[in-house]
Amino acid sequence: MGSLFDFMLPELKSPMTGASTDALMAFIHIASFIILGGVTIAMIYFAIKYKRRSDDDETPLITHNNKLEVTWSVIPLLLVFVVFGWGYKGWLNLKTVPDNAYEIQVSAYKWGWTFKYDTGAQVGNELHVPAGKPIKMVMQSEDVLHSFFVPDYRIKQDVLPNRYTYVWFQAEEPGESQVFCTEYCGTSHSDMLAKVIVHTKEDFDAWLAEQGSGSGGTPVERGENLISIQGCVTCHSVDGSDKIGPSFQGLWGSERNFESASSVTADENYIRESILDPSAKIVEGFQNQMVSYEGRLSDDDISDIIEYIKTLED
Amino acid sequence: MSTAEVTPASTGNKKTLKVKRFKPSESPKNTYLTDEKGLWAWMTTVDHKKIGIMYLGSVTFFFLLGGILALLLRTELLTPAKTFIEADTYNQFFTLHGAIMVFFVLIPSIPAALGNFVLPMQLGAKDVAFPRLNLASFYIYVIGAIFTFIALANNGLDTGWTFYTPYSTESSSSVIWVTLGVFILGFSSILTGTNFIATIHKLRAPGITWGKLPLNLWALYATSIIQVLATPVLAITVLLLTMERALGIGIFDPALGGDPVLFQHFFWFYSHPAVYIMIVPAFGIISEVITTFSKKHIFGYWAIALSSLAIAFIGFLVWGHHMFTSGQSAVATTVFSFLTFLVGIPTGIKILNWVATLYKGSIEMKTPMIYVFIFLFIFSIGGFTGIMLGALAADIHLHDTYYVVAHFHYVMMGGTLISFLAGLHYWWPKITGKMYNEFQAKVGAALIFIGFNVTFLPQFIMGSQGMPRRYYNYIDQFTVFHQTSTIGSYILGVGFLLIAFYLAKSLMSGEKAGSNPWGSRGLEWQSTSPPDFHNFDHTPVVINGPYDYHKPMEEFQLGLANDHDAH
Ligand code: HEM
Ligand SMILES: [Cu+2]
Repeated sequence: MGSLFDFMLPELKSPMTGASTDALMAFIHIASFIILGGVTIAMIYFAIKYKRRSDDDETPLITHNNKLEVTWSVIPLLLVFVVFGWGYKGWLNLKTVPDNAYEIQVSAYKWGWTFKYDTGAQVGNELHVPAGKPIKMVMQSEDVLHSFFVPDYRIKQDVLPNRYTYVWFQAEEPGESQVFCTEYCGTSHSDMLAKVIVHTKEDFDAWLAEQGSGSGGTPVERGENLISIQGCVTCHSVDGSDKIGPSFQGLWGSERNFESASSVTADENYIRESILDPSAKIVEGFQNQMVSYEGRLSDDDISDIIEYIKTLED
Repeated sequence: MSTAEVTPASTGNKKTLKVKRFKPSESPKNTYLTDEKGLWAWMTTVDHKKIGIMYLGSVTFFFLLGGILALLLRTELLTPAKTFIEADTYNQFFTLHGAIMVFFVLIPSIPAALGNFVLPMQLGAKDVAFPRLNLASFYIYVIGAIFTFIALANNGLDTGWTFYTPYSTESSSSVIWVTLGVFILGFSSILTGTNFIATIHKLRAPGITWGKLPLNLWALYATSIIQVLATPVLAITVLLLTMERALGIGIFDPALGGDPVLFQHFFWFYSHPAVYIMIVPAFGIISEVITTFSKKHIFGYWAIALSSLAIAFIGFLVWGHHMFTSGQSAVATTVFSFLTFLVGIPTGIKILNWVATLYKGSIEMKTPMIYVFIFLFIFSIGGFTGIMLGALAADIHLHDTYYVVAHFHYVMMGGTLISFLAGLHYWWPKITGKMYNEFQAKVGAALIFIGFNVTFLPQFIMGSQGMPRRYYNYIDQFTVFHQTSTIGSYILGVGFLLIAFYLAKSLMSGEKAGSNPWGSRGLEWQSTSPPDFHNFDHTPVVINGPYDYHKPMEEFQLGLANDHDAH
């Protein structure tokens, strides 16, 4: 069924994210064509069949027909519920990152993209990834809104300043795909392009090794360094023991319970908020004592610290 | 004039009334156009018909401006990279094109221009409830426009008509002038809406029950409710944005601790209902024209009337469907998607009711009816592609691509503008007293239909292949689609020029229209063309509904009684 409307879509290179979208689009297209065809034919047929013959043609009084009206309300209603459910399922899939995903940090700016790897390597406007492996992009903007769009993978996600968003895909074959920015961001918005370059696993490893570790070590190394030079460790341990603040060990991905009786799972946005606006959420059993690091840590620093915290699993 | 014994079934009153049947004069002597003349008389008039015409003139002017910008945009897109203007100029052009078309053309087009003219006439009233307020609304619109022009003369505007932060808080263009302009414009919209609601409640001629209210007025009524409730939110939003820029208060700008997604919520909380301010009045026109030219009672009167209200209310709950990729919460995304589908249903029901109205009719394909057919086809495509965009996974792929550009042109231009043309051609003889050349009008409609689809159909394909919107430059693979689209826009341009030409010509040398050239049962056709200064020279007593085509014209019991009989 998909093939009928394939001319409208670029070749699908990440079936894990896109297959459901393609099938859904084909379904909506087919249903729409059938109904549109029906309506159009009926219109034209009536116009011909009931063409006015004389100025005093008489027309019957037909005001409504309950059966008909209920039918043509209920059938579309059922159809759109199917479409809603289908779209929802496909979207859940887009939001659910497989556990073994390989993470790449993305930073968007006017007008380009920087991709950062766990080795510390950084590349501009070329996203190199291995084939056959789920890739999770953790994204942030340095200025205005941007949006990361790869038509071949059927994925898109806005990239915001001061907030992490993510998107994932899995390219099956080595090759290239186009990345667009789809949130209007000023003069060179339309030139804010990048390429995804998909390698075989071996080629990718070789490519990554060749990039070296950038300056100042890997993000994890820089993060570890930062928490000691910035003094975080005076209040936060990395071995699980509580000091003035909660320990960093086991923090990542855990459920945090707050004095306000709410809770949240510790993710990038939570950690970032805790660094910049510590009083926003106070972990149960602790006091509101930390000062904000607003202005003292750059976005890059924070990303690196998060990378380090991620390594501190139980 | 003759007298007839009639039973006013509408009121449930079994007593027979003696009603003088009235035939409007075919060669009116003292019309609203001849009653008071001169520029000053026009500028200070409180006559709803003249105010309607002043809006019509302004809307036409802005449409011309927005249209020229559209053709320039399309011309730039003939080739990738630079064709003849710089990227910054292009960005300003699409922003202005969008802002002008939305705020200065679509929103006022049907309600303020055509609505002002026909609403009191369809009610059998002398004017709207607050004629002076009506004139004030017009001048507020003009002041809003002046602010926008100041922005143009200053630095232009390059944020897109959606003003998304933080781009709009840091852009060096004249954001504040435009947001103030939009703020002022909003009052015009609110005042017109209030005025219409009051008029429909209070000034219906004797005999016009809610069940006999023309569907055009049900549509304007629903629209007015949205205008009154939604526009203040826009006002607050643009005011906050102005304060953000001027004072740096940090509501939306992340650099100041604000939240850019909050701006989107505010913005779309108005602008989604605004889409219904644009489209619901269109539904009204379609209902009027389709019954007149099939000489048949509307099918599903109540379904159509109430679905307008349903759309107005559900329309308030779906704004988040513009933000599926924005990073809003997952729960919000799911709920908004679900509600979006609910709003599609009443719209679909309307289309089916209109088509059913044709069944066993006596159909005459005059120009307004041709536009109705074009509307039904094009607007359906707009609707189906809307379903596509409401479906979460599909929207993720299509959002902010040319698929969306095509979709909203199918809805806004194919829906609102086409039905505006239907209404304009339908009421033109009433407004001016002149007939336009039917053949030229049909050629015009054909050009619009062809030009429209050649322009916007390819955009569905290129959008779904990945072409993002608001792009000055594009990769080679999209060239052929862009070029086809540009050619289509030239055809459209020629179509609009032709329409302007024969309408202008009709004013000079058109045949006299007569009071009711289409043989309509609508109340507005029971006056002379152009109408008398006070619309009717007697207070009408309405006995039959506006769609009672099953009764022959001679027996059509629309009594125009003198005031004594009416009470
Ligand atoms: C000859 C007819 C028209 C043509 C060729 C045309 C063309 C365009 C183009 C090229 C864009 C920019 C698309 C982008 O890069 O995202 C655009 C945007 C837009 N158009 Fe039109 N248009 C036409 C008529 C209309 C009409 C009649 C309306 C409404 C009454 C309208 C409303 C809009 C809006 C709201 C935008 C969005 C602007 C934005 O992205 O900020 N257009 N149009
Ligand atoms: Cu961008």
